[in-house]
Amino acid sequence: MYYYLTLTRHLENKIAYICYSQNPQNPLIIGKGYLSTGQEAISVGASSTLDEGDWLSPSHRDMGAHLVRGMTVKEIFLQYFCRANSPTWGRDSNVHFGVTSKRILSFISHMGSMTPVANGVAAAMVYRGEKNVVLSCFGDGASSQGIVHEALNYAATFKLPVVFVLNNNQIAISTPLHEQTAVEHLALRAAGYGMPGKTIDGNNVIEVYLAVKEAVDRARNGEGPSLIECKTMRMGGHGTHDQYQFLSKKEFEEWKKKDPILWFKNYLKEKGMLDETGEREIEERVEREIEEAVEYARMQPMPKPEDLLKER
Amino acid sequence: MPVMTYGEAIRDGLRQAMKEDERVYLLGEDIAEYGGVYGITKGLVKEFGKKRVKNTPLSEGAIIGEAIGAAIAGLRPVAEIQFSDFMTTAFSTLVDVAAPYRFRIGTPIPMVIRAPSGGGLRIGPYHSKSTEAWYFHVPGLKLVAPSTPSDAKGLLAASIDDNDPVLFFEHKKLYYEIKEEVPDGSYRIPLGKALVRREGSHITLMTYGAMVHLALKTAEKLSKEEGIELEVVDLRTLVPLDEETLLNSFRKTNRVIILHEAPRRGGVGAELESLICEKGFDSLSAPPVRITAKMTPIPVAPQLEDYYLPSEQDIVDAAKRLVQY
Repeated sequence: MYYYLTLTRHLENKIAYICYSQNPQNPLIIGKGYLSTGQEAISVGASSTLDEGDWLSPSHRDMGAHLVRGMTVKEIFLQYFCRANSPTWGRDSNVHFGVTSKRILSFISHMGSMTPVANGVAAAMVYRGEKNVVLSCFGDGASSQGIVHEALNYAATFKLPVVFVLNNNQIAISTPLHEQTAVEHLALRAAGYGMPGKTIDGNNVIEVYLAVKEAVDRARNGEGPSLIECKTMRMGGHGTHDQYQFLSKKEFEEWKKKDPILWFKNYLKEKGMLDETGEREIEERVEREIEEAVEYARMQPMPKPEDLLKER
Repeated sequence: MPVMTYGEAIRDGLRQAMKEDERVYLLGEDIAEYGGVYGITKGLVKEFGKKRVKNTPLSEGAIIGEAIGAAIAGLRPVAEIQFSDFMTTAFSTLVDVAAPYRFRIGTPIPMVIRAPSGGGLRIGPYHSKSTEAWYFHVPGLKLVAPSTPSDAKGLLAASIDDNDPVLFFEHKKLYYEIKEEVPDGSYRIPLGKALVRREGSHITLMTYGAMVHLALKTAEKLSKEEGIELEVVDLRTLVPLDEETLLNSFRKTNRVIILHEAPRRGGVGAELESLICEKGFDSLSAPPVRITAKMTPIPVAPQLEDYYLPSEQDIVDAAKRLVQY
């Protein structure tokens, strides 16, 4: 998990760097980056509980989960650069991908809209008698949408093997949680659907892993869905285009101390599971992977206009 | 061949598809023991069990969502939306998730949404709408509107086979009104093939759904009383649209009436009229005529609904005008 946390952070730093430094007339990244900086533990911790046959329905801040599920760094840059051989052939970009063969659903911008689709994948697995689960991820903003309520109610009614992971980073573009809902803990809503709900520290990758694992096991045993609310804080704008500061300097510094990667690194070191050399090796490996992938992706061709009409 | 109503033919089509392919299952509100509000799925739960005929919560977005997910995961779901009017609450799930998914990701989305549609039953603005134009505009969806029992069964089988989301507009008024011999067993009528239902030399009338029957009835009357011969073309599927059959018929008659019971503005008829003008302009002997519902929500009182919907008289007037032009 430490490798994936590090890879996620460095990869997203690279995306941010390219966005800030590229020539706007001839950009490498088409569109903007939507980063999970400061909240990587939710994505990596939750997706690390899945078996190969399970499915992931990510939200837009789930770079870590994409990597854990086997998306390559090359595929990610191809997608961001909109190349002809990207997972979506340049038809979509940034966080809007999903590779069915890797059992990843594609996120769409209507935030909560994939929650009922995750139910459908779960229903298909039940239909065929398979013992797999679906991780359905969404945020605090999406939790205000009617379709999410429909999906949660529906999953609980049919005891579908879905684990709903709610990334509560307390801000939706610029709307703070108290302007989003009157509920203090969003996991309280689970009771209203007849499923277990839990609010946990989303910056603690071990806590995320254990809570989601418990829910995944429960779902796998046919006991139905759960809602896990992971509390965290968004440490940047909504996207790389947006420097909106919603935290005071003091609050920002306090949340920075809770950085999930820093915390996990110290934890591993205290336990003697990581030393300076190991840390450096992981960082060097990650940097190399990213540089190679950027070089590879930038050399790939852009899509041909006429390929737009090709049936896929 | 057994004689079946339109509704029975659809039920037979569903049964046939479920027998043929384990991946086909049904979901929707009240469809199991109750058999759906129009009784179309009656008895199927006894034959196939609740796993394959699944009652759902009153939750259109979640129903369409399940169908999409199940299709991505390799099943072939057939969802019933009790009245096509209710699809508005699932609109985003359909047009934002289902429609572009294959284009974006390449994964087939083999799902069918059965959507009872259309007017004439005096059940007002929330149970009678003809909503096909809303989806006609959306790339990635296929639209089917059968007019006869044997077409309904054959087109349903082809829709279930298809790898794109298909909206299957069943006309409610036809469920119990129309009867004919329907082939036993399994057969397919390909999507995208219109059918000339009646040959005629004076005017091509293009239509679909329940309006096909009004057109055929009026064509007989016009033939007997006025000597005007209408050629009636049944679109069968709106997307893909069979431009070739439509244009071939039009080039024979040089005059066209476009008929549908959905409101006029931005309707499917506008696209047909545009097709005629763009690709058949040289063959036009008179301006095309569109006969549609009035531009109001659909009313309940019989006097109002009859006035709202296209009538025999509308077709007779238009036909006379066109031949005299």
